Amino acid sequence: MIPVKETPAAGAGRKPTELPAGLPTRLPEELPADLPDDLTPEQLAAQWEEEKPPAAGPLANAASSLAVLGVGIGALVLSVAMGLGTPSAPQPGLWPFIISCVMVALGLFQLIAGRHNRDAEKFTRMSTAPLTGLVTLAAMVALMPLIGFELPALVLCIIWMRFLGGETWRSTLLISTIVVAAFYGIFVLALGTSIPHLF
Amino acid sequence: MDFLNPVINGFAVVLEPTNLLYCLIGVVIGMLIGVLPGLGPAATIAILLPLTYNVEPVTAIIMLAGIFYGAQYGGTITSVLLRLPGEASSVVTVFDGYQMAKQGKAGTALGLASIGSFVGGTASIIGLTFLAPVVASFALDFGPPEYTALAMLGILLVATISSGSKAKALVAAALGLLLATVGRDIFTGESRFTFGSLDLADGIDFVPIAMGIFGLGEILYNLEERHRAAKAPSKVANVWPSRKDLKQASGAIGRGSVLGFFLGILPGGGATIASMASYAMEKKRAKQPERFGKGAPEGVAGPETANNAAATSSFIPLLTLGIPANATMALMFGALLIQGVTPGPQLVEQDPELFWGVVNSMYIGNILLLIMSLPLVGIFVKILRVRAAILAPVTALITLMGAYTINNSMFEVSLVVVFGIVGYLMKKFGFEPGPLVLAFVLGELLESSMRRSLLVFGGDPMGFFGRPISATLIVVFVLVAVLPGVRAMLATRKASAAAEPAPAKIKEKV
Repeated sequence: MIPVKETPAAGAGRKPTELPAGLPTRLPEELPADLPDDLTPEQLAAQWEEEKPPAAGPLANAASSLAVLGVGIGALVLSVAMGLGTPSAPQPGLWPFIISCVMVALGLFQLIAGRHNRDAEKFTRMSTAPLTGLVTLAAMVALMPLIGFELPALVLCIIWMRFLGGETWRSTLLISTIVVAAFYGIFVLALGTSIPHLF
Repeated sequence: MDFLNPVINGFAVVLEPTNLLYCLIGVVIGMLIGVLPGLGPAATIAILLPLTYNVEPVTAIIMLAGIFYGAQYGGTITSVLLRLPGEASSVVTVFDGYQMAKQGKAGTALGLASIGSFVGGTASIIGLTFLAPVVASFALDFGPPEYTALAMLGILLVATISSGSKAKALVAAALGLLLATVGRDIFTGESRFTFGSLDLADGIDFVPIAMGIFGLGEILYNLEERHRAAKAPSKVANVWPSRKDLKQASGAIGRGSVLGFFLGILPGGGATIASMASYAMEKKRAKQPERFGKGAPEGVAGPETANNAAATSSFIPLLTLGIPANATMALMFGALLIQGVTPGPQLVEQDPELFWGVVNSMYIGNILLLIMSLPLVGIFVKILRVRAAILAPVTALITLMGAYTINNSMFEVSLVVVFGIVGYLMKKFGFEPGPLVLAFVLGELLESSMRRSLLVFGGDPMGFFGRPISATLIVVFVLVAVLPGVRAMLATRKASAAAEPAPAKIKEKV
């Protein structure tokens, strides 16, 4: 897997309000009142650049290049096994073979030339949120066929709203119940889909 | 005027109540997601793809198109009011739009943007009406070699024009092409990369890939930086721009329409590039360029016009050549394929109701959007208060349950989650998901036309150069592929000649 490197320095040095606002398409916590308003477009762009999540180091870049190489080489081996044939009489493996060659070449290039790229993001303490989200999603996929969608969906909503989103317990419980009821109404009662449901 | 008959029949299609309703649903959703930062139009369209299974093809595409151009209108609102672009294509609007808002002219800025968007969109539809049939009739002679070259060029352009690292975008495209080969080989019927799984024997569906990589991947990525809703101003007054403002911005609107229309047609082009190009052009043309960044109306009107014009005209390559020009159009392509419609030059002739129905629905959609963004803008400003913490689980659930309804099976749901992980990791490591989805959609077309052409040429790849159009396209392909490398080499040589070690930062993304 990809190495998750925590850098406590980067995480601890920031107060919650200073969290990187990320790409400009996401909302910051609140518009800081002391923000200088007379920024030129260039300054504004520079500020966005600064607010981006911290970039990952060479290790992450190498890991992603190696992952690309791994997929490329794997596909290469499998496509050779399928048989290549000739351009005039191609076997099923020829086309995947060409693509995997390109992929391996790009992976190698990336491994050597892309070491110092800064477009990968570091995994920070914040990355536990998507991980938690992922676990709940996987659990829901596993449980849905067994006990229907309602309870897993309710749990997912509660976890996402209360623990990932920081809503209050009251609004979490209220909205989660409404959401699940609405989904039941739409997918089971109105559309009559065969989604596994308990009730 | 035989030529105009199918156009007029297209209006009859649009005016059917169902289609009108779906057009309205589409533009409202588009406007909403434009206002809400986080999910972009591509993610939304991906998540809503299962909705289109049970409706007519023309109705489905009318709705999806509405989402796409509706988002261009909505993205402006947050740019102007909060200095936070709702969509990438509204980033440049921030510069002057927010300054105008600070001067108490938020309404004027929004009004100018909507009027500009309306003019740009409408001009672009008219251009589309006249240009599309011409391109389509030209492309009717295209054979497999031309399609091979065109698809390769399209994928390469989308990958290289993307904002991040070009090599990484190409890796994503290669992965997309590989994923497209999973399943039965169309020529020999042999299974490829199925690992003995029966579920994979027919290949991977486009919808789970799009829903996972664009939809769930984006949702997971946004979870990482959860923020409370920004303080939205309570109300926006005076959205009707004065005659003086309109006069000042009219030039920018006119130029933005033309610029956006042409940039939208180019593969890899689209709304974002068009808005940036228009801003740069307006600043260059202005008599007092120093006004820009301080609330120049042209700086809002130009880019907003251009992004709408480009969003509309990017339908031309999709509907006439069957080559999507950007990631969102790749989703439209997928949606059409699900419906059993293959977009391509024959579409105008064989399925005029669909073609003209979709094109003409954009007039209606733009009028609806103008109404929503002038008198009703206050409602959409209120939506800014919906917290992301509540939206995220709702969209995630919609994605999972929607995925189930594709085939009524859990296999698709699991695929969506798997591709959600892939999409999230790709974003984390700087691989753009767009080229993957685009390449996946074009993968089968590319492979089959390449193999067909090689059969025709008797296995000689030089045959591609024996036909003028495919030869030209291949030459352009090689130029686009090689040029950046040559440039970089020249740059390093120059740098080393000047005895200055090239700083490592040169490789940073631009």
